[in-house]
Amino acid sequence: MAQSVPTGDNALLNDTVSDRKIGWLERFLGPENYRILVGMMKTPASIAGFTLVLFFVLIAIFANQIIPSVGRDAYSIPRDGFKSEPQPMGTTWTRNAPKIPFWYKAVTGKDKWTHIFGTSEGQYDIFYGLIWGTRTAFYASILVTLSTLIIGVIYGSIAAYYGGIVDMIMMRVVDVLSILPGVLAALILAAIITPLIGKSTLPVMIALIAFGWMGYSRFIRADILSVRERDYVLAARVVGVKDSRILFNHILPNAIFPTLILASLAIGDVVLSFAALSFLGVGVEIGYADWGQLLSFARNWITSLNTYWYIIVWPGVTLVLFVMGWNLIGDALRDVLDPRMRGKT
Amino acid sequence: MVNYIIRRLLLVPVLLFGVTVLIFVMISFLQPVERLALYMRDFPKNEKAIPALITKYDLDKPIYVQYWNWLVGKVDKSNGERTGGILFGNFGYSRSASQPVVELIQRRFPATLDLTLWAVAPEILVGIWLGVQAAVHHNGFIDQAARVFSIVGTSFPTFVIGLLLLMIFYAKLQWFAPGRLSDDFTRIYEGATFNHYTSLLTIDSLLNARFDMFLDAIRHMVLPILTLSYISWATFLRVTRGSMLETLRMEYVTTARAKGLPERDVIHKHAKPNAMLPVVTLAGFSVVGLLGGAVITETVFNYPGIGSASVRAATSLDVIAMLGFALFIGLILIVAVLVIDILYAFVDPRVRLS
Repeated sequence: MAQSVPTGDNALLNDTVSDRKIGWLERFLGPENYRILVGMMKTPASIAGFTLVLFFVLIAIFANQIIPSVGRDAYSIPRDGFKSEPQPMGTTWTRNAPKIPFWYKAVTGKDKWTHIFGTSEGQYDIFYGLIWGTRTAFYASILVTLSTLIIGVIYGSIAAYYGGIVDMIMMRVVDVLSILPGVLAALILAAIITPLIGKSTLPVMIALIAFGWMGYSRFIRADILSVRERDYVLAARVVGVKDSRILFNHILPNAIFPTLILASLAIGDVVLSFAALSFLGVGVEIGYADWGQLLSFARNWITSLNTYWYIIVWPGVTLVLFVMGWNLIGDALRDVLDPRMRGKT
Repeated sequence: MVNYIIRRLLLVPVLLFGVTVLIFVMISFLQPVERLALYMRDFPKNEKAIPALITKYDLDKPIYVQYWNWLVGKVDKSNGERTGGILFGNFGYSRSASQPVVELIQRRFPATLDLTLWAVAPEILVGIWLGVQAAVHHNGFIDQAARVFSIVGTSFPTFVIGLLLLMIFYAKLQWFAPGRLSDDFTRIYEGATFNHYTSLLTIDSLLNARFDMFLDAIRHMVLPILTLSYISWATFLRVTRGSMLETLRMEYVTTARAKGLPERDVIHKHAKPNAMLPVVTLAGFSVVGLLGGAVITETVFNYPGIGSASVRAATSLDVIAMLGFALFIGLILIVAVLVIDILYAFVDPRVRLS
């Protein structure tokens, strides 16, 4: 009779804990955050999402190689003439055509530029707008997300740390700013500041920042309120550490991770809002390489969209894929972060 | 309960004050000349009269004086006439329409209300139905399809969905049309024989026994309603599904099954009512969200509501009109959220005890 192998708790512990290598990444992130990261790498949804986002990152980086910029401002879409009717896909590009990039002949077999996705109202090339619009999308969304994150975190942590009347007043301000629907509030502010600072991506970005940070401040406030009661914060206070130092060095690093995740996923939403505002016609100059702008060209052609389907389908598909990339990552993250899933990866 | 309601009611004046301050801060970005539109219908023809008018309406005074005037209006000492004053229902004048902003709101808002009211039922019911189906068939085909839909659904922006719907159902199939009514019916609607009881188009046409007109109005609203509710379906689906799955794991559900109840009763009579709590909050806020969604949806479908009016005002830099609309929408939302919060306290005892 073979000797039975001891399967007591201690033996299990020896196997799973002491023999498992703890890499620098896990040491750096802590076990809980590391579990989330590993979980993310295993979910098909998040892999699809990361692939999509990576695809757009590459387009943004190599925009100038995919379709070389025309004219002084790379972000104003070149116009092939001034006729208002959209031109179908594959029409030869006669005026203001960009240089021929290396891939073009191999892929299309033509010597001259054609309008790959057609042109929109006013002969703006859709393909050019989409490629360079990717840069606009990343640029605007990252800037807006970072700014709202920073403002929201600072605001929320001050409110949470001091509590009492300060907290109450600060959170009522947040309540007031959240009353109006986000799109409407941003639309109004953008419309007001555009005449003051001129047409560019700036007014819309400022408007989105001004009405976009409240969510983060609520979120971080709730997390800080729970971290604030921990013993190590009390210990720091006992030895006389300054308020600001306790807040920024002791509390924030332990409370900020969920907010950071929330922010990284908001990029898709910010791109949507940005596109929505330029679709409605505030902010950027007409012909600026921006997805919402391209879609807004379609507004005058609603009765003949069955002929000019390409003026909404290509920009629409691009926008949807971009946002879907972020949503897929977000969806996977929600599963990994679900407390009931803990310990299953 | 009473305590909770009182606390909640005390918040209302704070929010009202906050919204007026917020709107006024935006007004104060404007030049004094532009701010004249708060008090005067027409832009002064005589350039030289402008400085005098600015002094007359205190537009060069400190900001708190101007804020006060904006609230209660400016009384002319010689004849006691009051101009402006949002508390007296004067939101200023629209430069592009050349009429009082309040009149514009009176004309535009019923259309938005009409659309919103019709969108509530499909938005909530379809979303919940999808969520329950997904939870009941957990990990089955319906669940997977619902999950794909919820990701794809949230990725479609309102205006892309709207344009695609227009492309398919209007330009291609010609089933539905943008706008609010066909031309023939618009003539009848504005004619003398048509009685305007509520100024809600669908209800008025029923009260006037014009069923053809009612159907025409509905036909124009199908696509906007679809666009408005579509985005919420994904959210409803997700929340209902999660809550329903959690409830189905409860022991009392197992008990119900164990004592031999048919599965239909277990789901619809025992599990569903308890799973609906988080959905109720969501329902409240999504009704509020319809007003925000109206801004884009109405613009895409050329529907003459307050949302498309705001956009038109914004693009034509008619700032006073735009801010008037925003103030109005803000006031409505404050009341709506208050009602939702109080209703929710009735539904969920945990809220009022906290």
